[in-house]
This record gives sequence, C-alpha cells and structure tokens, in this order.
Amino acid sequence: MTVQVDISHRLGDFAVNARFESAGRLTALFGPSGSGKTTLINLIAGLIRPDKGRIAADGRVLVDSDAGLFMPKHKRRIGMVFQDARLFPHMSVASNLRYGRWFTPAAERYADINGVVELLGIGHLLDRRPAKLSGGEKQRVAIGRALLASPKLLLMDEPLASLDEARKAEILPYIERLRDETKIPIVYVSHSIAEVARLASDVVVLMQGKVAASGPTGVIMQRLDLLPAEERGEGGAVLDTAVLRHDEAFGMTVLGSAAGEIRVPLLATPVGAPVRVRIRARDVMIATEQPVGLSALNIFPGAIMAIKPGEGPTVEIGIDCNGATVLARITEQSRQTLGLQLGRKVFAVVKTVSFDRANTGAGLPAEADG
Amino acid sequence: MSWLLDLAPDEWNAVRLSIKVATVAMIASLPPGVAIALVLARGQFWGKTLLNGLVHLPLILPPVVTGYLLLLTFGKRGPAGAFLAEHIGIVFSFRWTGAALACGVMGFPLMVRAIRLSIEAVDRKIEAAAGTLGANPLWVFGTITLPLILPGLIAGAILSFAKAMGEFGATITFVSNIPNETQTLPSAIYTFTQVPGGDAGALRLTLISIVISMAALVASEVLARRVGRRMDIE
Repeated sequence: MTVQVDISHRLGDFAVNARFESAGRLTALFGPSGSGKTTLINLIAGLIRPDKGRIAADGRVLVDSDAGLFMPKHKRRIGMVFQDARLFPHMSVASNLRYGRWFTPAAERYADINGVVELLGIGHLLDRRPAKLSGGEKQRVAIGRALLASPKLLLMDEPLASLDEARKAEILPYIERLRDETKIPIVYVSHSIAEVARLASDVVVLMQGKVAASGPTGVIMQRLDLLPAEERGEGGAVLDTAVLRHDEAFGMTVLGSAAGEIRVPLLATPVGAPVRVRIRARDVMIATEQPVGLSALNIFPGAIMAIKPGEGPTVEIGIDCNGATVLARITEQSRQTLGLQLGRKVFAVVKTVSFDRANTGAGLPAEADG
Repeated sequence: MSWLLDLAPDEWNAVRLSIKVATVAMIASLPPGVAIALVLARGQFWGKTLLNGLVHLPLILPPVVTGYLLLLTFGKRGPAGAFLAEHIGIVFSFRWTGAALACGVMGFPLMVRAIRLSIEAVDRKIEAAAGTLGANPLWVFGTITLPLILPGLIAGAILSFAKAMGEFGATITFVSNIPNETQTLPSAIYTFTQVPGGDAGALRLTLISIVISMAALVASEVLARRVGRRMDIE
C-alpha cells in the first residue's frame, strides 16, 4: 500500500505545494500549525478539491486534475478520524459504530464489530449517547466508527490535540495497537514530536505548505533543524529496542538496543516485546572518558559522527553508538573545553529518569520496518 | 354549559373542514418547505434574495391581496388553475382544496423560517464525517440532516397548522365562504357575527378554535421535548 500525493492548492494567500510518497505503516504528516497538514489530509479524504495535482492510494487514482478526475469522498473508502470526534449526536455509540457498515459492499467488509470494540475497549459504552462520553472515549468511538467502514486507508487529523495529557496517555496505546494489529495503513497528522516519535514508521515534515523532508522516523527525528522552535527541546534520537528483563527490585526495565542496554522506569510490556524510546538530545551528556562515580545508569560508548551548530549557544552532536545514532545537545563552550571533534571516541550518558510515558511506547513489530 | 357542545350540523362541518384543510395544508407544505429552506440555508446562487422575498411575500402582503393573486393564478381561468384542472384533475376554485392551498401559502413563510433556522444550526462537519464513512449526499440528508432538524421541522409544521386554522382573508377571497365546502372556522364565526342571534354560535366556535390551537401547541411542545431528549445534543 502506498500513498502518492502531488498537489498544489491555494487557500486565500496560503498555498500548499506538496509532493510525497509513503509506503509506511503509519506515516506522520508533521509540522507546526499553519504548515498545511490538515489541508493535505482533507485533500486525501476528498473534503477539498485541489486546484491541481494527483492523489493515488493503493494504485487507485483518487484525484487527477489533468484527467478531470475527482472521486467524491463517499466513494473513496478512506476512513477519517477528526480532531473533534464528530460523532452523530442523535445516535447511540453502537449506531455510530455501525454507520459506515451499511455503505460498505459486503465483500469488502473486513472489520468485525466485536474485534474493534475489544481493540478500543469501548464495549461498556455501546448504549450511551455521544453527549455522555468523555473526550477520550469520544475519540476512541470515532476511531472505531472509521475502522468499521472497512477503509483502505485511515486518516487521523490530530486525534489527540484536543485532549489533556491523561487522556492522550489513555488513547496512545490504542493507536499503537491499531498500527500493529490491523493491516490498514494510517496517515497521521500531528504537530507533537512526542506523538510522531512514538507512533510513526515514516515522517513527512511540512513547512509553509511544502514538504521539507520525508523518510523513516529514526532518520527524520535526528534532524533537529526540521523541528519547530517550540518543539526543538523534544527532538532527539528514536531507538527501536526490545525488553530484555524487568528489574522489579529497583522498579526498572532493561531494554536491549544496538547501542547497549538501556535502563528505563518499569514498563508493563512483556519480555521480548518491542519498545520504542526517544532520547531527547537535551537529556544526553557527553563524557570523554568512561565516567566513574556518576548516578546516571545509561552509558553508551560511541564515536562522534556529526557536529552541527544549534540554536543560540548550543551545538548538536551525533554519536554513533555501535550503529545506533544518539543525539546530544551541549553548549559550544563544552564542546571546545572537551575538544570534541569528528571521530573522537566518547560516552553518551542518559539518566534513567529522563524516560517517561511521553517518550517510551510500544515499538513497531520487527516486520514493520523497511 | 350543555349549549357549548350542542353544535349544529353546519358548525360541526366547519370544525371538521377546518381540521382537514389545516392538516392537508401542513402536510403538503412540508416537502417544498424543506426544499426551499435547504436552498435558502445552503445555496449560493443568483436570485437567492428574490426567492427569499417571494417566500415571505404572504407574510407582508394584505391577505386579501394574496387571495386575489391566488384567484388570478389558480382560479378556473387562471393559467396554473386551468393547467392543473386539465392535466391532473385538481380544481381549486370554490373547493376545499383551494382553501388548503390558500392556508398553505399563508403559512409557508412561517414554516420555511423555522426549518431554515434549524438547518443553519446543523454542523456541516458532521455531515462531512458521514460522507467519509461512505454515505452519498442523499443518505447523509436522510440519516444525519433530517433527524437533526426534526425539532425545527415539528415547530414549522405546527406553525403552519396554527396559521391555517386561523386563516381568513386569503381563503374567503380565493374560494369564498360556502358551507360544507370552503367555510372554515373563521369564516363560520364571521358568518355568525353577521346574522342576528348568532352570538352563541360564534362563541361556541371561538372556544373550539381556542381548544384546537392550544392542543396543537401542547402537542408540538411535547413532541419537540421528546425528540430533544432522544437526541441529547450537547
């Protein structure tokens, strides 16, 4: 399944000129507000007709302005989860869920209502009215409603943006399950690095209506220059790891990664399961010798592979730790004091307590990569 | 008080005829009322102001003028009247159907206003969401828009019914005041007031008129509340 987009569209004095292609399981459209993410996803869904361009999904041409083709939204079989859940207020949750089923040809119905209800944990809500649901519950029902139309592609437009942190944490695992347990490719709009790093297999970075970069999440997240200024502190290396063992006595989980063992606060994930961690560049210290007498538990030996000037007094240093890249943001003064140069052998140091729910989530299963 | 219920056959006929005329006028106005309200609420076209003005005309014109215009258009020799009589077999002039037409036209602006307001209150984003789930525009209208505007639809229908129950000027101008055919409650009351000793009859019909109108109002309140509770809109 691939999604190909090549469109130009003008809205007042704002123009979107975007071209990208993704075959990823969960492609994030990432960028600051006003970068054209929502316009782009509305174009794919068929809610807006582009001035010019071509959109194809899974070999089906949805829009081709040259051929005068515009498939109306109800024929596209593309599910959409909106930021404001947009449930039907006059129907029960169960009727909301079943709505799309009517319009799906019987032969193409693959979504099973019991499976979806179980996946999203909404079984106890079926008889309720949307007005009686919390924000997080509404969003889960909206996801279920989109899934039960058996879409060929699922679009999610900032589904967590209107929720508080607790609700976000409640829904993120469901989206991870969606990504890992269903076969539907997902295009996910977000301006949050935490969400993108945790969920995406691929990232398309949008800036002022144009694609600034696109590629696998691990690669894009290291390009701190692509991140919006207010989110830059959240940027850093994204590592896909697996649970090695749990250390119940100290309340920690040990993850295995290419860089070495990573100790994080205790996770509920079973041993062997994939876990994705984001190591914020600002959380990484650099030592030129093996540190002793230091409280930090995670020390990765490596070699400096990149040095880039950062914002203000900072520099961004990429460290190749046995094939995994760890990103560190330090001051230019420290760099000069330590004499850090390309190729220099160093140790990247990360405190266990810098890992939290926002940067530790379920990893993509192995076959999802590539 | 027994004189109150002791209605003469002609009086009963006026009551029955009024209810029939008002009901037919209300039901027949609903489909065009919804269509026009939809066009006015959502359409962007040249002549929208003109259409809006045309719909509201019966509200601002003297009813006698509306009645006379109906007579010119839908009377036996009127262009529309002759056409309908010849091709479909519907005759309006001096028939109860003409009374229903006059009442429907007079109530139409009230009905359209109520429905239009409720259509404008519908969140179009919800309709777009239904579209992404595979519903074509007709299904979206039937399963989303129509249920959401139901309270407005009920309010518009009741307004139209109430207006029809009270309509006098346009009806009497268009189809006259023929007992058993076009003599509705207001016409009958008017007739009673024109003859000596008709006070008791006029009062009886007046009270009946009040009862029917109040019943319609209460029914609409109950219905609207039930629909509202079922929907539980935030």
